[in-house]
Amino acid sequence: MSDTVDINLRVNGGDHTVVAEPRMLLSDVLRENLHLTGTHVACEHGACGACTVLVDGAAVRSCLLFAVQMDGSAVTTIEGVTPDEGKLNAFQQAMQDQHGLQCGFCTPGIVVSMTAYLADHPNPTDDELKDALSGNLCRCTGYQGIINAARQAAGLPTSSERAH
Amino acid sequence: MSTAITAGRYVGQAVKRLEDPRLLSGRGRYVDDVQLPGMLHAAFVRSSIARGNILSLDTTAARALPGVHAVYTGADLNPRVLQFWHTMLGPPVELGGQSVYPPMLPLADGDVRFVGDPIAIVIADSRYIAEDAADLVDVEIEQLVPIMDVEISARNEQLVHRERTTNDVGSMAQPVVPEIEAMFAAAPHVVTRKFRQCRATNVPMEPRGMIAKYDRYAGDLQIWAATQSASEWKATAARLTGLDEHRVRVIAGDVGGGFGLKMMMTRDEAAVVMAAHLLCDAPVKWTEDRRENLISANQAREETVEISMAVTADGHIMGAKLYIWEDVGSYPAGSGATASMAMGIFPGPYKFPVVLPGNTAAFTNTVGKAAYRGPWMMETVAREQMMDHVAREIGMDPLEFRRVNILHSEDLPYTNCMTMVYDKVTPSETMEQALDMLDVDAFRAMQTAARAEGRLLGMGMSVYLEPSAIAFGILASDQAIMRMDASGKVSVAMSTGNHGHSLETTIPQIVAEHLGCDIADVVLIQGDTSSSPLGPGTGGSRSAVIAGGAAQTASLRLKDKILQIAAHMLEAAPEDLEVGGSIVSVRGTPAKALPFGQIAAVAYMMPDMLPGDMELGLEVTARYRPPGQFTWSNAAHVCTVEVDSETGMVKILRYIVSEDCGRMINPMVVEGQIAGGVVQGIGGVLFEYMPYDSAGNPLATTFMDYLLPSAPEIPDIEVGHIETLSDSIGGYKGMGEGGAIGSPPALANAIHDALAHLGVHPTNFPLGPWQILDLINAAASDKREEHV
Repeated sequence: MSDTVDINLRVNGGDHTVVAEPRMLLSDVLRENLHLTGTHVACEHGACGACTVLVDGAAVRSCLLFAVQMDGSAVTTIEGVTPDEGKLNAFQQAMQDQHGLQCGFCTPGIVVSMTAYLADHPNPTDDELKDALSGNLCRCTGYQGIINAARQAAGLPTSSERAH
Repeated sequence: MSTAITAGRYVGQAVKRLEDPRLLSGRGRYVDDVQLPGMLHAAFVRSSIARGNILSLDTTAARALPGVHAVYTGADLNPRVLQFWHTMLGPPVELGGQSVYPPMLPLADGDVRFVGDPIAIVIADSRYIAEDAADLVDVEIEQLVPIMDVEISARNEQLVHRERTTNDVGSMAQPVVPEIEAMFAAAPHVVTRKFRQCRATNVPMEPRGMIAKYDRYAGDLQIWAATQSASEWKATAARLTGLDEHRVRVIAGDVGGGFGLKMMMTRDEAAVVMAAHLLCDAPVKWTEDRRENLISANQAREETVEISMAVTADGHIMGAKLYIWEDVGSYPAGSGATASMAMGIFPGPYKFPVVLPGNTAAFTNTVGKAAYRGPWMMETVAREQMMDHVAREIGMDPLEFRRVNILHSEDLPYTNCMTMVYDKVTPSETMEQALDMLDVDAFRAMQTAARAEGRLLGMGMSVYLEPSAIAFGILASDQAIMRMDASGKVSVAMSTGNHGHSLETTIPQIVAEHLGCDIADVVLIQGDTSSSPLGPGTGGSRSAVIAGGAAQTASLRLKDKILQIAAHMLEAAPEDLEVGGSIVSVRGTPAKALPFGQIAAVAYMMPDMLPGDMELGLEVTARYRPPGQFTWSNAAHVCTVEVDSETGMVKILRYIVSEDCGRMINPMVVEGQIAGGVVQGIGGVLFEYMPYDSAGNPLATTFMDYLLPSAPEIPDIEVGHIETLSDSIGGYKGMGEGGAIGSPPALANAIHDALAHLGVHPTNFPLGPWQILDLINAAASDKREEHV
C-alpha cells in the first residue's frame, strides 16, 4: 500500500505537488501534508460538513474525495477564505457579532459553505438560508447564532431585530 | 424581556468573544492539529460481539506489516496499570474510597463486554497503516447471550463483569412506610405513569483524541488531549502508569465540544497512555473516528422513571413514589448512576410534602453510561411530563396545576422533602414570564381554530431548578493565579478549558471589571497543567460560579496591592484613590494619577519606591469555594408545536425560555448556552436515538442513522431573563446544562397537548414520526373498540 503518486494541487492560490498514496483523502492531505489544519474532520462520511472546502469554487466535502481526484484542481480552504492581514470576511464577522460559534470545531466548514453560498446567492430568503445551512451540523449553538450571522451577512433582519 | 440588574462596564455586557477570530479563521489548535516529529498513530481492534469469550487472539500478521511499530493486547497493557480511577469520584471501594467502579482496565482480556470493546491497539507510522494492521489481527470470540436489559441484569443470573458478584451498582429499595401507604389509599387522586428516555449520546463535533509521549530519559509523560479537565487527566495518567504526578503534563488547547464526555479519561484513552508508556520516546496519536465515537464512546439517557403521585381534590400534591431504572452499560465513569442526585432534586420547583424514592442501576453489555449535560435530568423530564399527565387525569389545566404547587419567593428559603435547600430562585416568576411571552390566550384561540381545520397544535411547558456548581471533592473550588506583568498587562491562569464556554472572554470581563482595566489587557491561560492550577476543569455548570468567583477574588486582591503601591507613590490614602481605564488617580484630583504600567514597573523593578515591608511583584492567587454545596439556578421553558397527523412529523412553532442565572456575565453567552442545550434536548426527543438490537449490536453507527438536529428544524429561541443574585461572590449562577434539562419535557408536553384529545398520552422517547403515528393509530383503534 505504500505506492505513492504525485498530486498537483493549487491550494489557496499557491501551487503544491504532494507525494501521497492514492487512498489519501483530500482532507488528510490538506491537514497532514500541507498543514492546513483549519479543515476539520468530524464524521468522515460526508454528513456533518465540518471538512467543507471549495474545489474550483464549489463547496465539497473533503472527507469524501481522494486527493488524487483533485489533481490539477484549485482548492480553497478556510485559511484561503479568510482575508489576509488578520481580518475577517463579512460572514466571519457576522459569526462573531451574532455568537455563531462556541467550541469552533464545525465553524470552518460553516464559514466556507456560507461564504460560497452568499457569494452565489446575494438575496436569499430566511428559509433558503436555513436550507443552505442544513448540510452543516453544529452541536453547541443550536444554530441560533449561525442563522443570525447568515441573516446579518445577507442583509436580513436577525431574530432580535425582528422581535422589535 | 428581562428584569435586569445594572450592568457594569464589562460584566453584564454582550462582549464579543475574544477567541472567535482564531476559531473563525481556522487557526484554532485542536488536538488532531498537533503534529510532532516522529509521531506514530494508533488504531483499535474492537469487538463485534456484545458478550463473549476470546478464544484466540493472533497479532502476528499485524505486527509483520511494514510501518507497524507495535500491537498491544490486554495481556501486554493491563498488568502494567497501577490504578485506574478518577479524581472527581475518588478511589474505588477496593482502595478505601466510596465510589463503585466497573473493573476498569484499558483493553479487554479474556472476554468482551460490549460491541466496540477495545481488544488490541495498533501503533503504526500512519493511521492508514494502523487501520490496515488492525484488520489483520485475528480474533476468535465465543458468543454468549448478552445482558441487554437492566431489569434482567439486576437479577444477576449472568454477570457483565465476571470479577464482580453482582451487576448492581447501588440500587436502593423503595421504603414501605405505613403512614404514606395510608395517605395514598385515602388520596382523592393517585396517578401512576412510567416515562422512558431513549439512549442518546453527547456527540461532540470533535470526537475523542489525544497524543501521549513518554520520554524515558526525561522521565516525563506529556499528553495533548481533547479533555474538559487537564487536572483530572494528569492525575489519572499518573495513577495508570505509576509515574509521579509532577512528571505528567497535560495540554488541552482548543477542544471541539465535550458535553460531559471528555471529563474523565476512558479506557480507550488509558490504552493510548499505557501504549505510549510501554513503547517509550515516540509520540502516539489517537483520533477517534465517528464510527468509533458512536459505538464505543460512552452514552447516556437509557433511563426509565415510574411515578405515583397522590393529589388532593383541589390539585395539591400530597406526595409521590418514585422509582428510577438506569442502564449504566458496561464501563461507565464510576458507577454511572445518577439516581441519588435525581431523587434529591426530583421535587424541583414544587411543594412535595413527601417523596419515597427507590432505584435500580445495573450493568449491561452495552457501552458505558456517560455524564451527559444534566446527567440527572431524568428527574425533570419525568416530573414535568407527570405534571401534565396528572393535571389531565384530574381534570385541571396543566398550567393551573403547576401554579397551585409551585414555590413562590415568599416560600424561600425552602427545604424540599429530600433535604435540599433552595434559595435565591424564581420558579414562579420565570413560569409567568415565559407564559406572558407566549400569550397563552392567543395561542389557545389559534389552537382551537386550527383544530377546527383538522390541524394539531399544542403547547407544553417545563419548570425546573438546576443544581449548578455542585461543590464536592475536587469540584468544590478553582484557583486563579493572577499576574500583572511589569508592563501592566494581566494574565490569569485557571484549571478551566476551552470547549465552547467562552471563558476566554467572560473571565477577562470579570477581571477587567474588578481590576479597573481594559479587557484587552487581560488574557486567560487555561488547559495546560504546567501553567494552570489544580482544579475541576470545565463542566457541570460550574465555571461562572467557581472560576468566576476565583477570578473576581484574585482581581480584588491584585487591585488592593496596586492601590497600596499607588497610595505610597502618590502620597495619598488608599481609600482616596479610584481606578478606571487602567489608571489609578486621587479622587477629585485627576491630575494626580498613575497608569497601571508605571505602578507595575515599580512593583517589579524599583524596590526602593515600594512601601518598606512590601513584597515585590504583582502576583496574587485566590482559590474560591462557593458558599453552598449547590448554587441553584432556574428556568421555565414553553414550546408550541404542530403535529402533522399524516406523517407524524413535529414542527416546533415557538420556543421560549425564561431563566434566572443570577448576574449574567455576558448575556450573549448565556443565551448561546441556553440555545445549545435546548436543541440537544430537542434532539433527544425528536431525532436522536441509539438503539441496540437483542444481540447487542448498536444500530446507529453513522450520522445517517444517529440524527442530530440541523438548522431548518430549529425555530428562533426566545429568551427572557430574570436576575436574582446568588450568594456566591458576584451573584453568579451556573446555567450550562439547563437548556438540555428543560427542553425534552416542554417539547413532549407540547406534543401531548396537540394529541391528547385523540386519546394519545405519550410517555416514551423518541417521539419521531413513526412513533407518533403508532400512538395516533393505537388510540384510534382503542376508540373503535370502545364503540363496538
